[in-house]
Amino acid sequence: MLRRIARHLASIAALVLLGGLLSATFVRMAPGFDSDERELDPTLSAESIRALRAEHAGEQNILRFYVGYLRGVLQGDLGKSHALGQPVGTLLRERWPVTLRVAGVGLLLGWLLASILAFSASLWQRPLYEIFGATLSGAFLCIPAAVLALLSVILNTPGYLAVALIVFPKIYRYSRNLLAKSYAMPHITAARARGLGELRILGWHVLPVVGPQLIALVGVTISLALGAAVPVESLCGLPGIGQLAWQAALARDLPLLVNLTLLVTLVTLFANSSADVMIHVLKPSHA
Amino acid sequence: MKTARVLSCVIVVAVCAMSLGAHWLAPAGYARQFRELPDAPPSRAHLLGTDEVGRDRFARVLYGTRISLLLAPAAALVSTALAALVGGLAGYLGGFWLKLARAFTDLFLSLPWLFLLITVRALLPLNVSPMVSVLITFLILGLLGWAASARVLSTSADGLRNSDFVLQARASGLHGPRLFLIHVLPNLKPVLYAQFWFSIPVFILSEANLGVLGLGVAEPLPSWGSLLRELEGLISFREQPWRLVPLLLLIVVMTSFQVLLSHEEVTA
Amino acid sequence: MIGRRISFQNPSSRFQPTGVSSRALRGVSFSLAFAFLLTLSALAQNGGELRFCLRTEPKTFDPLLVDDDSSLSIRYLTGGVLARVNRHTQELEPELAESWKVSADGKEITFKLRRGVQFSDGTPFGADDVAFTMQRVMDPSLHSSTGDAFRSGNGAVTTKVIAADQISITFPAAVVEVDRLFDQVAIMSSHSSKKEGAVLGPFMVAEHKAGSSIRLERNAYYWKKDAQGRRLPYLDAINIDIQPNRDVEMLRFKRGELDLINALDTDYFDRLGSTSPQLVHDAGPSLDSDFMWFNQVATAPIPEYKRSWFRSANFRRAVSEVINREDISRIVYNGHAQPALGPVSPANKFWFNSSLKAVAHNPQAALELLKADGFHLQNGTLLDKSGNPVEFSIVTNAGNKPRERMSVLIQEDLSKVGIKVNLVPLDFPSLIERISQKFNYECAMLGFRNVGLDPSEQMNIWLSSAENHAWNPQQKAPETAWEAEIDKLMRAQASTSNLKKRKEAFDRVQQIVYEQAPFIYLVNQNALSAVSTSVAGANPGILYPQTFWNAERLTLNKATSARR
Repeated sequence: MLRRIARHLASIAALVLLGGLLSATFVRMAPGFDSDERELDPTLSAESIRALRAEHAGEQNILRFYVGYLRGVLQGDLGKSHALGQPVGTLLRERWPVTLRVAGVGLLLGWLLASILAFSASLWQRPLYEIFGATLSGAFLCIPAAVLALLSVILNTPGYLAVALIVFPKIYRYSRNLLAKSYAMPHITAARARGLGELRILGWHVLPVVGPQLIALVGVTISLALGAAVPVESLCGLPGIGQLAWQAALARDLPLLVNLTLLVTLVTLFANSSADVMIHVLKPSHA
Repeated sequence: MKTARVLSCVIVVAVCAMSLGAHWLAPAGYARQFRELPDAPPSRAHLLGTDEVGRDRFARVLYGTRISLLLAPAAALVSTALAALVGGLAGYLGGFWLKLARAFTDLFLSLPWLFLLITVRALLPLNVSPMVSVLITFLILGLLGWAASARVLSTSADGLRNSDFVLQARASGLHGPRLFLIHVLPNLKPVLYAQFWFSIPVFILSEANLGVLGLGVAEPLPSWGSLLRELEGLISFREQPWRLVPLLLLIVVMTSFQVLLSHEEVTA
Repeated sequence: MIGRRISFQNPSSRFQPTGVSSRALRGVSFSLAFAFLLTLSALAQNGGELRFCLRTEPKTFDPLLVDDDSSLSIRYLTGGVLARVNRHTQELEPELAESWKVSADGKEITFKLRRGVQFSDGTPFGADDVAFTMQRVMDPSLHSSTGDAFRSGNGAVTTKVIAADQISITFPAAVVEVDRLFDQVAIMSSHSSKKEGAVLGPFMVAEHKAGSSIRLERNAYYWKKDAQGRRLPYLDAINIDIQPNRDVEMLRFKRGELDLINALDTDYFDRLGSTSPQLVHDAGPSLDSDFMWFNQVATAPIPEYKRSWFRSANFRRAVSEVINREDISRIVYNGHAQPALGPVSPANKFWFNSSLKAVAHNPQAALELLKADGFHLQNGTLLDKSGNPVEFSIVTNAGNKPRERMSVLIQEDLSKVGIKVNLVPLDFPSLIERISQKFNYECAMLGFRNVGLDPSEQMNIWLSSAENHAWNPQQKAPETAWEAEIDKLMRAQASTSNLKKRKEAFDRVQQIVYEQAPFIYLVNQNALSAVSTSVAGANPGILYPQTFWNAERLTLNKATSARR
């Protein structure tokens, strides 16, 4: 068990490093990397413009930049953000609680809402629940995330509510389908015919089958929640990591973007690997 | 449920028919600018009013339906196929392939694709025709949207690999691709259908966001994404409630799709 | 306050010698009550915290490196300058300098400074601080755009401290309108331990949450006093949020969470103005303009036949005549803009060449111009003399709604003469790379914001050898006769301080630009802003910062702030 965890951790570390390098490469390759809007200022002299362009010289060779960055990480220095002029470590430290709240609570609420809808549709098999769930999730899926965030500004509702409304349709759709498939299996009908209670059916016959897939879904929805946090934080003015990511992307801020990718990769890998481990632990072994 | 299914079928067919008959239903066309009437409220000549440069919104909704409701499902099909391939196949094969696919998928979910898309735009010529830009846009969306489902699918397929009926099928001599296609893939349907269904509106909306990078549907072609983005400037829905019609239409169509598909999802 | 303004006459005590006590008592209590109310209202005018938004995070808090709007706002509110251009009268007014004198050859300027001024940390202000600031801003390794504006010639700038309150600065060559340039130079302390934290302006940076908000608080040591001798600023603090999204900014303003919007979109102006006209201000045509230009770079990676179109003045003028600027002003800006016809907006009364006539929308005349170059219409498509269909792309920055709408209107206008236009909105860094480094574009559309009044600030646009000569930058020698002439005229106007001669030269530049159309000017927008009724003293103008240029005199009257 411990060896498995150690192996997982090692592969996570390697993937995270690879992810950082790939994202740095993407940012570097994208056109406009060393362009600065100050170049368009007619009061700047030619030397000043040349100096502006040379500011990014240290990041031209991406491998060298990345190795230097990693060396800094080992010493506890995550680099300095170009756009915000502050050490990345400070920025992340200040902002992660906000994102934890917005994305974390949002995700929990989203799961709650989706579970209520999906389970009620499966347990009490009335077509009305089905249609209600379909309409509600369809409605929120079709509203752009930016509009939901703006609505939350208009109605003065907390940001995590917007995140919940953005993620719940997908969670609902996956879980409802998985549950529906399980419930359609012949042995459930037989169990029902034998008079087994709904909750017992749910606990003993349905969940063990869909459980692993639902756990895998949890891991995946963490990425979804983080993605949803970006427009919500930016528009609602919440000083979290999502807002930081948006500004970093607009400004092509390489140090900040590499750090953010590493963070997101770490969280995603961790979430999904934990899900895998948990599934393995909970899976009844075959004879 | 049966009436619901019939109703949904009627709605979907009606919407398709209307979009195909756009030429007759909205002779104004999607590009013609009625410059005397920018931002006009609905009237007999313009059923949904005009947009901010005076183009007939009803015509734009109909023509936009053609593009979005044809290409978004196509892109959703692409992404579902990729998810089935990477997630399902890897889960089925197990072992090294599973680990590789999971690592690849997790990495895929975390990378900033924004910058790759900016690079893609730079590689394309400036003067692509609007139709080509549309095709490329939805192709890109299809190629990028599979990762989340693939992750869940890999778990499902992994579970199936060691399940009784697969073992039984293997014991009776079924191997390789046939085993996968006949026994494993159908059991992955719940996740695949979910993926297909919600990808459609997600891609429709994402296409509008790609417009910021120069990759979306080019003007003057209308798209649902750009029609829905009009909602962003709406402070109060009381001001211009007819601007909500594209959103309501999309919700109705998506709900109808879901009701229609729900029967397929549960049968093996 | 009370003693000076109101004098109390107690009528009862004067004219009623008998029964004086009860009436006098009433009179006294009345005046006391009156005095009390006056005190209250005076206190209500003091203090308060102004709130507004900036679109982007300021790139720097160093006043000498300011180059973007947000940093400019912070510098405006925290920095003290020797002389300030009054944003309404456009006259130069003394600030930290009581008076100044420019030598006849334009190379030397001597300032007499105000005495008794202190920095925000209590350290005294004197000529050595001005000397320190000038030396630092002119340091070539600093690459300050403020310093570059002074760089008229090669050589060092020397400063001579004549007395504690007198300093003279000598430039290697004459600098045109040198005194007005000091509006941009915020004086830094030469010996304070706080470095750029010690400021001379009405406010100082108290808190900065990177990427979210900035809080400025009153500088207790600010030197300026109002006519009654009260210390300015009236406001206690200014809270600035970083919010790029205009919809959210508008929402917050409507809810009463923001007190002003410095640059208001036309849509919001009309919507807000229809329900609450007292909140919106249209200060008239501004100096800003939107324009487009064709790529004329010889080595640009575009087909040769397209380059020949773009290099033809007839083609450019024809495109300019096909564009319907009236429609743009009416539809995109709802009348809050005027068709533009040159680099100078009519709002710039002195420098605008009033002999230029508006470019009329005339597709027929445009077709005649095109025919002169061998273009002809065939089945509704315009073909050039070799038979290539005329098709080009316009790149612009995404996210700017007015510009996107303008480009859709222009696309339609040009389609009526058979020209096919493809619109390509791009993210800003990609756009900048295309137009300043790679030159892989055909036509670009951008705008000028916060344009200065004096044409010398635009030298780098008009000189053919300069970086910002957008359509064909950094030419080794002028590639066309008209560009050579513009070079000569711009250099001429920069080398003399005789305003009449300068105007003649720059009028001729405007005439050449009108004839050759290297830039196709579209519209000059009006300066639109929104100010809450709880803000007293605001007087929105057209020069940046439109609404808070007199921040030190603004007050907040909380009694009238209400939900809109």
